[in-house]
Amino acid sequence: MPNRSYNKSIDWITVGLYSLLVIFGWLNIYAANFNPENPVFFDTSKEYFKQLVWIGFSLLFVGMILITDSKFYVEFAYIFYGFTILLLVVVLLFGKEINGAKSWFEIGPIRFQPAELSKVATNLAVARALSRYGFSFKKFTDLVKASAVVLFPMLLILLQNDTGSALVYFVFIIVFYREGLTGYILTFGLIAGIVTTLTLLIPNSTILGLIALSIIGILYFKGVRKDLFKALVIGGVILGASYAVYEYSNSTIDLEYVLIPAILFVSIYLLSISISKRIHKFIPTYLLILWSAIILALTADYFFEDVLSHYQRTRINVLLGIEEDPLGAGYNVNQSKIAIGSGGLTGKGYLQGTQTKFNFVPEQSTDFIYCTVGEEWGFMGSTAVVLLFLALLLRLLYLSDKQHSTFSRVYGYGVAAIFFFHFAINIGMTIGLSPVIGIPLPFFSYGGSSLWGFTLLLFVFLKLDTNRNELIR
Amino acid sequence: MGGINNRTLLIAAIMVGLGLIFIVKLFILQVHDPTYKFSAVSNTRRQVTQYPSRGLVYDRNGKLLVSNQAVYDVMVVPRDIVPFDSIDFCESLDLSIEQLRERFVQMRKDIRSRKISTYKPSVFLKQLSAEQYGEFQEKLYKFKGFFVQGRTLRKYEYPSAAHVLGYVGEISEGQLKKDAYYSQGDYVGISGIEQTYEQELRGKKGVKYMLVDVHGREKGAFRGGEHDTAAIAGKNITLSLDIELQQYGELLMQNKIGSIVAVEPSSGEILALVSAPNYDPSLLIGRDRSRNFPVLLTDSLKPLLNRAIQSAYPPGSTFKTINALIGLQEGTLKPYTTHECFMGYFARGLSVGCHLHDSPLNLTQSIQCSCNAYYCYELRNILDNPKYENIQESFNVWKDYLVKFGFGYRLGSDFRNEVRGFVPNADYFDKVYKKSWSSLTVISLSIGQGELLTTPLQMANMGAMIANRGHFLTPHIIKDIEDSEIDERFAEIHETDIDIQHFAPIVNGMELAVWGGAGSTARIAQIPGISICGKTGTAQNPHGDDHSIFMAFAPKDDPKIAIAVYVENGGFGARWGAPIASLMVEKYLTDSISTPYRQWIEKRMLEGDLINAEQKLQ
Repeated sequence: MPNRSYNKSIDWITVGLYSLLVIFGWLNIYAANFNPENPVFFDTSKEYFKQLVWIGFSLLFVGMILITDSKFYVEFAYIFYGFTILLLVVVLLFGKEINGAKSWFEIGPIRFQPAELSKVATNLAVARALSRYGFSFKKFTDLVKASAVVLFPMLLILLQNDTGSALVYFVFIIVFYREGLTGYILTFGLIAGIVTTLTLLIPNSTILGLIALSIIGILYFKGVRKDLFKALVIGGVILGASYAVYEYSNSTIDLEYVLIPAILFVSIYLLSISISKRIHKFIPTYLLILWSAIILALTADYFFEDVLSHYQRTRINVLLGIEEDPLGAGYNVNQSKIAIGSGGLTGKGYLQGTQTKFNFVPEQSTDFIYCTVGEEWGFMGSTAVVLLFLALLLRLLYLSDKQHSTFSRVYGYGVAAIFFFHFAINIGMTIGLSPVIGIPLPFFSYGGSSLWGFTLLLFVFLKLDTNRNELIR
Repeated sequence: MGGINNRTLLIAAIMVGLGLIFIVKLFILQVHDPTYKFSAVSNTRRQVTQYPSRGLVYDRNGKLLVSNQAVYDVMVVPRDIVPFDSIDFCESLDLSIEQLRERFVQMRKDIRSRKISTYKPSVFLKQLSAEQYGEFQEKLYKFKGFFVQGRTLRKYEYPSAAHVLGYVGEISEGQLKKDAYYSQGDYVGISGIEQTYEQELRGKKGVKYMLVDVHGREKGAFRGGEHDTAAIAGKNITLSLDIELQQYGELLMQNKIGSIVAVEPSSGEILALVSAPNYDPSLLIGRDRSRNFPVLLTDSLKPLLNRAIQSAYPPGSTFKTINALIGLQEGTLKPYTTHECFMGYFARGLSVGCHLHDSPLNLTQSIQCSCNAYYCYELRNILDNPKYENIQESFNVWKDYLVKFGFGYRLGSDFRNEVRGFVPNADYFDKVYKKSWSSLTVISLSIGQGELLTTPLQMANMGAMIANRGHFLTPHIIKDIEDSEIDERFAEIHETDIDIQHFAPIVNGMELAVWGGAGSTARIAQIPGISICGKTGTAQNPHGDDHSIFMAFAPKDDPKIAIAVYVENGGFGARWGAPIASLMVEKYLTDSISTPYRQWIEKRMLEGDLINAEQKLQ
């Protein structure tokens, strides 16, 4: 398509959505800090006042980004990436520990979290790596390289003990998927998630049984009937025998291991038939899924008990409804749900909230700022925020697909994916759908680092978008 | 490519899908499921102030004087109130509907004037009895926004020493603004030691955050109590007061107006501080205070006035000791100086009367017999001393001595409402007499009359100073504060700059005033076996009968007690002042009244009624 101009103007729709989110976010930070006893506005120690300053700086950054040439971001992607990796290492050594995470630089009155900057840098580096000529996820080395770019900062942030910020890097899988990574990995990840969750809820033996049954069901509908029947008869005999041994030997091993010999036999039997008769070529794939799930189920408990910290375990337990502790670990979510729920259809009115005042809800202007929205603006307001985010995400996807250069497209997806992760986890956590992971809601949560990080992330893309018809090299 | 990439569509679908899940969940939370709305109403954090118990007060012998008793206040959080059954409410609290309505009107007024907050609890009704508390607590679930908070009131173990102990009452608005520690409805010490030692006695309030359900019931600590702070109990204090002596003094002063102050000369510790008429401190506890206070306040005899520190009187003849000391120090008087007295002092048409006694007499005799004429000569010698250029200069020298003795300024005891009395300076007379005055003009100062006012505390301090032969320690009532030190200024020795040898003739004169032969003014004060020294005083009073005054200390060589007694309209010093003072001294030093004669004096003092007799006359 011939274009009249290579330089189109900035995407005003996105700018509009950004502005709405920032303004609405600030109004809610004001409300979360509003003291009905003593309503003062001009108090430089108050979060809403500081946030106003951060917003001012953000605008300055936006200006700086827009006058910078797009090529700069491509050229400097790796340098910028290297610089933030350095910062992450330095903060690990000399940083200040806040809330158990050693992830802050403190210079005088200013505190700064390099993890926020590293999101932008990593996204740039990923875009650079994936846009390299001849890059393909089908090539193993390319897959490793791309993964390394993501995993390196993630690991460093994990070492800072900032699990929440580290988890964000998982969303690059969405970008990878869009750029050609096989869908199996996504599917596999999904199944892994479901199995892991289930292992915590129901006994392992039941899960193994369920997994086995569903694989049997699938194979049955795929047309494996006669061989499956034979295998099951023999499998049943083996199961019976091993159960008998289990009972009479007074063994102390877990019940689920009784299932293993039978499943093992059936698997080998089916596999040998598939290979020798060269029929049902899909069987090995399903057996792989079956065994992965079994191993996952058997190791999930270990992971859960020995790898996760106590509070993480408790939070997950509470989320899954295993533990009920409305004043302890479940306190945050419980209070948060009460605050949001009390908003009703139309909310209590601006500054009229009672639950998000007096520190009922913890972190009420940072991680739990959405509670204020829910309480004071009700279902209307909270839905509006969800819709605003969806609009922003879809707009970003739309713009990304319009990019002529791979770099811009990949970067755009990265931005959308990161926003999506924050949106999903943060709001999900306040309404009790995801575990409590302390990550901010973009543009809403109080804090200079996060606001600047997200602004930078977004406006670099909007700058790239002004050159969407060019091949930026 | 054409159109949108399939994978992009899938990603978009996941995003939109999650968005929809959120919206559905929000709909359930906010619109469909009412549980959370109830939870929010019920989910109120209540801030319960933990009131510390106020420090206890003991007397010098470790007897408990003031303790605490528990009472319960009904608290209200105005914005949490929902309509309730007001009849039921009133019945359980013994209120009339009108009173309740009045309370609500007042509450609204307080909210409008920002005295109380709609968010925070404030006192709705004060001091329930234990039974009311029990009944109300049962019904509390019906009255949202109300709850009961316990706190403590003072309990007085003796019906005595009200002026010393002072009282505790609700904080005034002025104080509230000054000190951020307090909040509306808090109790503070208003007078006496309760006021002076408020900081020590009050302790430190704590706060407990409770989660409260929809019925106002407490559901446990907010966030496991991590924000709670415990109340720290107030410090116990020990007073130098001897409660037995105090009670005895109050008994002796019954039906009289005036005061007794007894101090331990070596330490400045106040042993007794009586102001008559007095009242039972229990009258001013809690709710009763609002009923009794106006009665006491409007009583014509002013029982709330602490005469021992707040009334300034002419010291009368007790002051002759002071003039003598100044004269000796200035050299205008020698112990052997004699003057003649012809029943008074007469000069240039002015006369100061005297009574019958031997003449001529020396310094010691002049104290013994309290000769007025002697001191007229004596003061004139001081003021007309050629060493000084004019009367102004010499008068100010005289005045400076007085200030050193503790007159004219507040002594700085631990009573905040102590008055300073009055000592004139030369400027004062310059103004009054337009600079034309002489030693003769101010001659009444020689016998402790005229433009001179002292408090009974200052008079007792004068006794202590003479007992110490020239120095005193600021009189004070505090003896010990638990886990802390009493103010250093109470250990400081105040020198009067009178040389020690000048005290012998004065002390001897005071001894003879009690123990001498004919002409001695205070023979009634004789205590068998105790070398008490004293000086009577009779102060003229333009409003009625003379005031009866006695200033004494005992024993002579190792003084344990110095005392001043001031009985308004009691006539001669020997009539009320001397016997009462001697009984106090005897009681303190021997713990009993020994001989039948002394007991007869005691009976006469106890029966003496200067108040009702006066009323009969009118």
